[in-house]
Amino acid sequence: MSLVLTHARYQFTETIRVPVAVIGTMFFPAASMIFFVVPFTGQNAIAATFATASMVVFATSTTSIFTYGIGVSEDRAQPWDPFVRTLPAGPLPRLAGRIITGTGFLILSFLPVLVVAAVATKATATPAQLALAAGAVIAGAVPFTLLGLTIGYWLPFKAALAVAQLVFFPLAFGGGLMSAPGRAPGWVETISPYLPTRGAAELMWSAVGDHRPNSIAVLMLGVWTVVLATTAAWGYRRDEGRRFH
Amino acid sequence: MSPPPLARAVEVSRKYGDVLALDRVSLDIPPGEIVGLLGPNGAGKSTLLNLLAGLRRATSGRVELFGGDPREPVRRKLLGVTPQETGLPATLRVAEVVRFVAAHFADPVPTSELLERFGLTEVARRQTGGLSGGQKRRLAVALAFVGRPRLVLLDEPTTGLDVSARRALWEAIRAFPGEESSVLLTSHYLEEIEALASRVVVIGEGRLLADGTVSSVRDLVALRRVSVRAETDLPGLTGVVARQREDGRLNLMTPDSDSLVRQLVKSGADFTDLEIHAASLEEAFLTLTAREG
Repeated sequence: MSLVLTHARYQFTETIRVPVAVIGTMFFPAASMIFFVVPFTGQNAIAATFATASMVVFATSTTSIFTYGIGVSEDRAQPWDPFVRTLPAGPLPRLAGRIITGTGFLILSFLPVLVVAAVATKATATPAQLALAAGAVIAGAVPFTLLGLTIGYWLPFKAALAVAQLVFFPLAFGGGLMSAPGRAPGWVETISPYLPTRGAAELMWSAVGDHRPNSIAVLMLGVWTVVLATTAAWGYRRDEGRRFH
Repeated sequence: MSPPPLARAVEVSRKYGDVLALDRVSLDIPPGEIVGLLGPNGAGKSTLLNLLAGLRRATSGRVELFGGDPREPVRRKLLGVTPQETGLPATLRVAEVVRFVAAHFADPVPTSELLERFGLTEVARRQTGGLSGGQKRRLAVALAFVGRPRLVLLDEPTTGLDVSARRALWEAIRAFPGEESSVLLTSHYLEEIEALASRVVVIGEGRLLADGTVSSVRDLVALRRVSVRAETDLPGLTGVVARQREDGRLNLMTPDSDSLVRQLVKSGADFTDLEIHAASLEEAFLTLTAREG
């Protein structure tokens, strides 16, 4: 266990030594709040709460895709990785440390969103709602963590960077994160239940407001989780097989 | 009875796709030896090191590290390996990298002591990305010694260092093995193998070509290089094991230079600028590789 924490601590240190990476993580979701949520729905308690929930999903999904997708593929290209593999520990402490580090950055990514919501909007949530929302964040973050790992283990660094940039915005927009629940343009409403972002948002909206979750979207979130767990595990094993067999 | 070897390869072969990188190589590393691994690029040196470090699996044959499979983490508790210096995590500080590696071992060398031994005390707080090439190399080699290993694998430990830095690193490596511990190092520098190793293993094209003391490997291929300027390829000479043209000179490798020179003179061949050198170990193993292949 202590080795897992050691790996987590050093990976965290490595990342925060490049402050731009951390600022980027924290800046975009917060900036989206300030530019899109505060001026338009900030004064309406219900709308602001839903919008904040959407932004938390935006922050966590984007951060997962980038942190794992780029982080893993970058590390796979570095000669440091095989060196670590010669140390008397299996590959698991490194992977577990990575998940812990990634989760830490996930939390860092949506904290500013919550701060902006609390200070500059009328969004509200009771402690019970926040507890439910925490559960929704976890359930919603898992498939995106797996998506990031899939990208990271299957693609070389430059391709991973491009793919992460290509998928995050369509996922956010297509999932209806840029609109109030059920108020996205017609075609978005048609496709969004089938995207994992929508399922994650449905859970968040239900946690913090009077919202009945779209059952197709929630079911699809489960399907995505299973599918992406398979592709991530497959990619991991394939990478192990390529580099260490 | 001799003590059990620290590491052993028994009839080990390794294929990458259709390419045979190692071909039935057998090798024992007993305690208390510095073993130099020589061979041209692509000979299979790195593959052998990767197998011993548990990074790769043998296609056939058996690799043992401290009596077991090097792919099991527990077998690597007494193994020290160097990372490529280009792979050090650029944003971590020198002491942090050492402590990270130390966290994997039961009884690591205290960080300050290790840094002192490798002349890195002054840069302990510097990020590795800001180190000079020589400092990175020293850190990479130091990392192999963190866990008080009994077997250290050094892949070209001093490549790219200037002469004084190389000698300083040699001192640190030489100071290491006691009765119990061994080093297996590859090098491009003959001088390095000769300065450090008591035993030389030569591999070429995946095969073990020679395994013995530095002088015995020399004797095995006690070659002279007879070099002349000549227009023709001087055919008909006996006792030439390898010939090669370079900058208008014809280089002839032979175990008996006296006989070859007599033949040259008697043949009345047109040549100028005769030179005779003892072949370097590098030339020797290149000839050895060519002969076998």
